[in-house]
Amino acid sequence: MTATVTTDSRTEKSDRVTSRGNGGARRRLPRIPDRIRQGGLPYLLLLPAVLLELLVHVIPMVIGIVMSFRELTQFYINNWGGAPWSGFDNYKIAVDVNAPIGEALLHSFFVTCVFTFFAVGLAWLFGVAAAIMLQENFRGRGFLRAIFLVPYALPVYAAVITWAFMFQRDNGLVNHVLHDQLGLTDQPSFWLIGDNSIYALIVVSVWKGWPFAFLIVMAGLQNIPRELYEASAIDGAGVWQQIRKITLPALRPVNQVLVLVLFLWTFNDFNTPYVLFGKAAPENADLISIHIYQSSFVTWNFGTGSAMSVLLLLFLLLVTAGYLLITSRGRKGTDA
Amino acid sequence: MRNVRAAAAVTLAISIAAGVTGCGGGSSASGGSNDSPKTLTYWASNQGPSIEADKKILTPELKKFEKQTGIKVKLEVVPWADLLNRILAATTSGQGPDVLNIGNTWSASLQATGALLPWNKENFDAIGGRDRFVESAVASAGAADKDPSAVPLYSLAYALYYNKKSFAEAGISKPPTTWDELVADGKKLSKDGKWGLGAEGSNLSNNIHQTFVLGQQHGADFFDKSGKATFTSDGAVAAVKQYIDFMAKDKIIAPGNAEYAQNQSLTDFAKGKTAMVLWQAAASTFASQGMKPEDWGAAPVPVAAGTPGTGKSTNSMVAGINMAVFKNTKNIDGAKKFVKFMTSDAEQKLLNKTYGSIPPVKTAQADEAFSAPDLKVLRDTLSTSAAPLPQVPNESQFETAVGTAVKELWADAAAGRPVTTESVKARLEKAQQTMQQ
Repeated sequence: MTATVTTDSRTEKSDRVTSRGNGGARRRLPRIPDRIRQGGLPYLLLLPAVLLELLVHVIPMVIGIVMSFRELTQFYINNWGGAPWSGFDNYKIAVDVNAPIGEALLHSFFVTCVFTFFAVGLAWLFGVAAAIMLQENFRGRGFLRAIFLVPYALPVYAAVITWAFMFQRDNGLVNHVLHDQLGLTDQPSFWLIGDNSIYALIVVSVWKGWPFAFLIVMAGLQNIPRELYEASAIDGAGVWQQIRKITLPALRPVNQVLVLVLFLWTFNDFNTPYVLFGKAAPENADLISIHIYQSSFVTWNFGTGSAMSVLLLLFLLLVTAGYLLITSRGRKGTDA
Repeated sequence: MRNVRAAAAVTLAISIAAGVTGCGGGSSASGGSNDSPKTLTYWASNQGPSIEADKKILTPELKKFEKQTGIKVKLEVVPWADLLNRILAATTSGQGPDVLNIGNTWSASLQATGALLPWNKENFDAIGGRDRFVESAVASAGAADKDPSAVPLYSLAYALYYNKKSFAEAGISKPPTTWDELVADGKKLSKDGKWGLGAEGSNLSNNIHQTFVLGQQHGADFFDKSGKATFTSDGAVAAVKQYIDFMAKDKIIAPGNAEYAQNQSLTDFAKGKTAMVLWQAAASTFASQGMKPEDWGAAPVPVAAGTPGTGKSTNSMVAGINMAVFKNTKNIDGAKKFVKFMTSDAEQKLLNKTYGSIPPVKTAQADEAFSAPDLKVLRDTLSTSAAPLPQVPNESQFETAVGTAVKELWADAAAGRPVTTESVKARLEKAQQTMQQ
């Protein structure tokens, strides 16, 4: 009770100060009960975000999980709550690698792993290299920084459809340069069908992803004290040694988050393969996101598609948890 | 600090989870009502050269309807690539338009969802009766043993379009009537960077349309009477192989056509790079690409031997656009009035003339406007030698599974890999197993 009186008098004083500061216009701020202020205010402020999170993420996720246990086909989508329970049947179909659906899912999983490895690796490599190159101040640096961010700023659909035009066999720019101008191939290659399609997918994904790596690494570089470079230069360290001994270790926390985010985005990427290849991607570029989409929305087998999604979710959670565990251990070691 | 980390980890986990498993909600669609009698929402499929062109064509007609009935129609023209997904989303959420266009090959699949108003006798009577429509068009609006799920709006069939100048240069006096003649003519035409026939190898629906017709000519249906997939029957394998062999063995289709999916084969035809193309009502597209009507001719799609007719001499699928009503509409009477208006003789003549299609309404079809040589070919094909695609609930899966198998075979042919009866059968076997699971 005493505390309440003290706080109230402090509030009134502060109100008077505020009024004088505003040229005498007296304005009374709404009073927040101390009980809420001391105990519940942070939670009250979090409430809108929690509600939105529930609506946008948690509830759909739970519905997705429920769907994975139902026999949800075109016969029930009009009233999907009435679809019969199927237990683990959808999961059995998804993981049965001796049957076509399970076999195709496993194939698309491996394709996605290979694709993610190269797409993330190259995007990270280009991003770091470009950020380090633009670390020093020189004429035109601002312009280059802006240009490098263009792929990140462009709408995905417009950018990828442009790549699809460029990859066309007969009229595309890629074959025009590789075959007609440089003579690197015996005949114009197919990029949107057949074996080369995975290369086309990686190229577009790297082009789209590296500016984000560049942006994040560039921000990380701002936190490295210049003195470290100056001191190492006096000690005779070359550029490569500075990168290895100063830049990369200092960027480690940034890179840990960056690689995780790039991994999650790339593994789940739907837009790039869908716009590039349409709803039936070539076998070599049949990413798991497209595969699940096809199971759910093209063949109208929503139950199996949801089961595949849940399996993918578990895999990503496992990888993310493992990654966080390993990297946090490494950080503790460094901190010590 | 531990709490903050835990909260961050949970948030991250939830974000990933939601990103992966997020799905929409759903609601049951009951019978329609008349709660909003003064408005309707209409999803029109993109029929013309562009969405803007469609709006320009349809808006005056909708105004006319509003003047007649006092019902305002909100129009949205939906591109083909998005339409089925949009319908599916509307079906799941219960938040769709009142009236919509559907591709007639989707009829049985959408009928199975139970979201569309069945066109029973009472509903057909409200728009003038079932007898007004050509029977083959009504037959392609749902499974044979059920009331149709939609009403035919625009009818289409396939024809063989040929470039008269290319034919004259190659010394060919008339269009081919059999596949052997087509291959022979194609070989004469395939030289100096030009090719005999065009194809859309990466367009799954087009692959299905073409192989379905060839399948009919080989006595294969792709489904048996009980609705079970029969993709690996000798006839189905022979049909798919015959289609791919136009590129793999006969070399009358350019390898680049294997990746076509955006009507590039029509552009090649208009530029004179390809001499023949199998298409539905392509006249308006050719005209929009600078061709004059006298530059091309249209003939019935070839058959194995003899002339087109019912049964083995089927030379087209029954193509077309239907008009459906969502069962949960808030303006059931208005929706029926709108379907009646769009299928009236006057609107049928006007709209089908504009889009280059054939009216499925008998009285409108008899109009002089549909007697031009290429339209006459389409009209005759529809009435004598076209067959509807299998009206089974999993027709949509069939299009994807077999369409993709054919797409992969095109890729093999384009890359110079051998296309054999065994390799065709293996691809179709895989497609069939996917359907059976």
